[in-house]
Amino acid sequence: MDMASLSSTLLFIAFVAYLIATFLFGGAVKSSNTQTTKSFDRWGKLAITVTILGFIANIGYFITRWIAAGHAPVSNLFEFTTAFGMMVVGAFILIYFIYKTPALGLFALPIAVLIIAYASMFPTEITPLIPALKSYWLTIHVITAAMGEAILAISAVAGFIYLLKNIDLTKKSKERFWIEAVMYVLVLVVGFVVSTLSFSLADYSAEYSYISKDETEHNIEYTMPALFGMNESVAITEGALDPLIEMPPLVNAKKLTTVVWSILIGSVIYLLLRLILRKRLATVLQPLTKKSNSQLMDEIGYRSVLIGFPVFTLGALIFAMIWAHEAWSRFWGWDPKEVWALITFLFYAVFLHLRLSKGWEGKKSAWIALIGFIIIMFNLIAVNLILAGLHSYA
Amino acid sequence: MEVSKLAQSKKQRFYMRTAILAVLVVAIVFTVYSNLNKEKNAVLQVGDKAPDFVLVDMDGTERRLSDYKGQGVFLNFWGTWCKPCAKEMPAMDNQYAEFTDKGVQTLAINIGESDLKVNSFLNRYGLTFPIAIDRNKSVMESYNIDPLPTTFLVNPEGKIEKIIKGEMTEEDIANFMDQIKPS
Amino acid sequence: MDKIVCTCGNVNPAGTELCESCGRPLNDETKEKKIVDMRYEGSARRSQTYNKTIIDKVWNFFSSVKVGMWIIVAILVAAAIGTILPQVFYVPATNETDIAAYYERIYGTFGTLYYQLGLSDLYSSWWFQGLVGMLGISLVIASLDRVIPLYKSLKKQKTKRHISFLKRQRVYGIGKADVSEESLLKAEEKLKELKYNVKREGNAILAERGRFSRWGPYVNHLGLIIFLFGVMLRALPGFYVDETMWLREGETLYVPETHGYFLESKEFIYETYSKEESKEVYGEAIDRVGTIAKNYQTDVALYKGPEGAVAGHTEDLTFEKEASIQVNKPIKFDNFSVFQMDFRLDELATMTFQLQDKQTQQSFGEFTIDLADPQPIYELNDGYKVEVMDYYADFTGFEEGVPQSQSPLPNNPAFLIKMYSPEFPKGETSFVMIKETVEPLGENQHKIAFQSVETRDVSGLTVRKDLTLPLLALGGLIFMIGVAQGAYWNHRRIWIQLLEDGQTVIAAHTNKNWLSVKRDLDKVTDVAHLPKYLDQQDIDSLEEKVDKVEGV
Repeated sequence: MDMASLSSTLLFIAFVAYLIATFLFGGAVKSSNTQTTKSFDRWGKLAITVTILGFIANIGYFITRWIAAGHAPVSNLFEFTTAFGMMVVGAFILIYFIYKTPALGLFALPIAVLIIAYASMFPTEITPLIPALKSYWLTIHVITAAMGEAILAISAVAGFIYLLKNIDLTKKSKERFWIEAVMYVLVLVVGFVVSTLSFSLADYSAEYSYISKDETEHNIEYTMPALFGMNESVAITEGALDPLIEMPPLVNAKKLTTVVWSILIGSVIYLLLRLILRKRLATVLQPLTKKSNSQLMDEIGYRSVLIGFPVFTLGALIFAMIWAHEAWSRFWGWDPKEVWALITFLFYAVFLHLRLSKGWEGKKSAWIALIGFIIIMFNLIAVNLILAGLHSYA
Repeated sequence: MEVSKLAQSKKQRFYMRTAILAVLVVAIVFTVYSNLNKEKNAVLQVGDKAPDFVLVDMDGTERRLSDYKGQGVFLNFWGTWCKPCAKEMPAMDNQYAEFTDKGVQTLAINIGESDLKVNSFLNRYGLTFPIAIDRNKSVMESYNIDPLPTTFLVNPEGKIEKIIKGEMTEEDIANFMDQIKPS
Repeated sequence: MDKIVCTCGNVNPAGTELCESCGRPLNDETKEKKIVDMRYEGSARRSQTYNKTIIDKVWNFFSSVKVGMWIIVAILVAAAIGTILPQVFYVPATNETDIAAYYERIYGTFGTLYYQLGLSDLYSSWWFQGLVGMLGISLVIASLDRVIPLYKSLKKQKTKRHISFLKRQRVYGIGKADVSEESLLKAEEKLKELKYNVKREGNAILAERGRFSRWGPYVNHLGLIIFLFGVMLRALPGFYVDETMWLREGETLYVPETHGYFLESKEFIYETYSKEESKEVYGEAIDRVGTIAKNYQTDVALYKGPEGAVAGHTEDLTFEKEASIQVNKPIKFDNFSVFQMDFRLDELATMTFQLQDKQTQQSFGEFTIDLADPQPIYELNDGYKVEVMDYYADFTGFEEGVPQSQSPLPNNPAFLIKMYSPEFPKGETSFVMIKETVEPLGENQHKIAFQSVETRDVSGLTVRKDLTLPLLALGGLIFMIGVAQGAYWNHRRIWIQLLEDGQTVIAAHTNKNWLSVKRDLDKVTDVAHLPKYLDQQDIDSLEEKVDKVEGV
């Protein structure tokens, strides 16, 4: 077996291990109370062991892919997002050994699984480095930044558990609405994965030609039935579906189609779940958080920001500036990705200052941690895909 | 005594705070102001010393700006492809004949074109004033030339008297040369 | 303003909440709290105490953390708005009208609005820079206002604290445990083993660890201030150079702003990944994407003019060094760096022609014109010669019979040529363009036949000097040290006291990371048999305990 396929296999093993560990942590959470420490110990130990085995396989993926590619596997959206997923697990393991809270694993691992699944929807082949990326700073900057973001993400997981536990889901409130909204968005990510996978299994492909904004003709291949057409698009593939709505040249209708399919399928899944369970998804999950200690979750939320913030600053700002100075001749150029890294930095700076003031612990702090995670995911994914800039090589 | 001590420390604090705030505000206002005017600051300004240079003209004579101290220098930057440049050239030639004895030198600096092109140009227009080619664009860089034509009036003290961007009429040229005539 | 004299006799500055010495709450508000606010040790921040003159008011405004946070939020929101559409410096247009037209053409009405509101150049607007400046002021004042009182009160703190202070700590326990002198000694020993700094005063122990982490925030603020100061310095002339230059292969040009350096381009190299030569694993990606760039490189030679040479001086250049400028690998000299940023491939460099008989196509000789330096005469064999009368680098057509060139770049070269031959000693005139010839003075017998071209590449280079970098690096370093100091260490204090009524009190405080201080306390309690403590903020555990007591 060559390195590249060994690498894929290891990633798959890690993926499955994280799924299994999620259920094991579920078992640990259920049995974790003072009477049944032994059973908790058994489930908890098993869960963390499986997680660590998965993590080792994941690192194996990383190293083998590094060897196969000849550069650190953080050079495109698939690689970077996968590395981020892996580091979320790493950050979870770190925090788990400090605080020994199985509930954290129950929620952190599915997030990591979702991130890796999401990553795999992008082109996964090994790409050679373009000149701008040929620098050892690629390795240093991206890995440190991703590590920082992963640790910060744990803060959001802790915040999420805190909120699930402490929001009264029996009464109508803004909080109840928004926590359910978070659940819905998570299901949409599942929707993206399901829709991409099913169309690719069905081998769907249709080619269209279109006129771009600089008034030249290009071809584009859709891998999902075209809901939206590119500007003045004409089908090349025979029998291809005529797009329902044609978009102006500014809008990338292919990406829009992907987004809308994900929302459609995600919403269907969400509605099905609601119909089957006859409960809000938040309500379904709430019992799993009953046994976690709010004070502890609050502290984990704060502590992971404390641990992650310096790492993030070092990787996403300082190393980034040093590299930008070598590659683009200036250490700062207001490129959207740079700006969003700065926004992330400022946001967590506000978080840390707020923790000093009274009354900003608990729920408020947890919500802010969740918003911080949204900003990170926005910078990780949306900035590359939506906003034009120097980082849109993926 | 306690009271007067307290009053004094209060006064001290007031001065301290005023000083710190003043320093910070002045520094920031200065920074913002000069950043807003960065483009203007980057180029030479009226009153600056005209950067010295040396070029060999089409007749093979070395022309060094500092050699003309005590005389006015009418310094024109141009290119053969630039239509307004071509238009003002004959007028410049006329005024060159007029002012050269009055202590105003004229020098036209071409931006890095070939000898052949510049020669054919000056033959076509029958130009008599000194023309030099800035082959490695160093004179152009030190004068921050943009756009063409740009004309610098250098007074007898070697300072920039005026910067004219764009085309001039013959009347303009006469006035400008008169302006830098040594008294 | 009045000083506050505590029952213990310590004189505290006005505005103090907890006595600097014994810790007693000094006002009613503080007395009512179940857990005291230990943020600045209850010390008086100077800003809050004097509020008379306008200067004091401005000072207090910037001293507030709340105001500082709002400034950060404002910067954050503004920065985000600036990413909605590309900023002007990423727009392929240089003058105002073109830029405005670009925003309208690509982004429609929204683009126009965005441009007109100045959001397209948001980061260099006066108000955005002003906001960053205000953040700077806030950093200076807020830090000054806090670090001094905090330093004083941490220095003044007594080992023996009043019970009213201890019972308002988050971690607190009291009980009639069997604590003797011996167990106090044991506690002391254990705390020392846990790397605490232990002080003893009668029946009171104060164990303290990691106090230096309290300075972390101020250290990192100092780093930020130095960084912002460095950014400010670039506004001064001479600190910062940012220029671009286009350099053709074979050309030697003055490097802008460097006062005497010249660069010669030996060669520009553009490489892409080919399936044959690169790693096998790249094959799939190359198939999918098509061309993937591998290398942009300009091989240059650097020269320096003589000392004190003025502009225009092209002789006596001394060779300094050769280098290959690649992306990520600039050439560096004398505080300057020159970066590979852009390129244009295949600009025409030379053109080779033959003088031919139009009918028989018999050649009378070949000549090559260097487009950067065409010669007036090209001598051929047997009395044949060619005279180049004029050259139009970027030919666009005739205006009133006169050929026009719109730029000095050889985009569309054309020549006015005279062909001399034994048959025509006075010459035949021909206007030679690419793929076309005009014979302005009647039918010719000879023609200029195009043979081949050679091209050269043009490198787009950026010249940069930034003397503020060392200062920025220093600021960044100090910031990182400060952040790490504040985030990875924490200030833990444990108080143990034997009260006169025989009860033992333990209390603990940390600025962050409560888990660690509780663990430390557990270890000490184990060896010294101290009373159980409660986390007065841990409502879940408190409820659980209440449940148990009530037997639910």
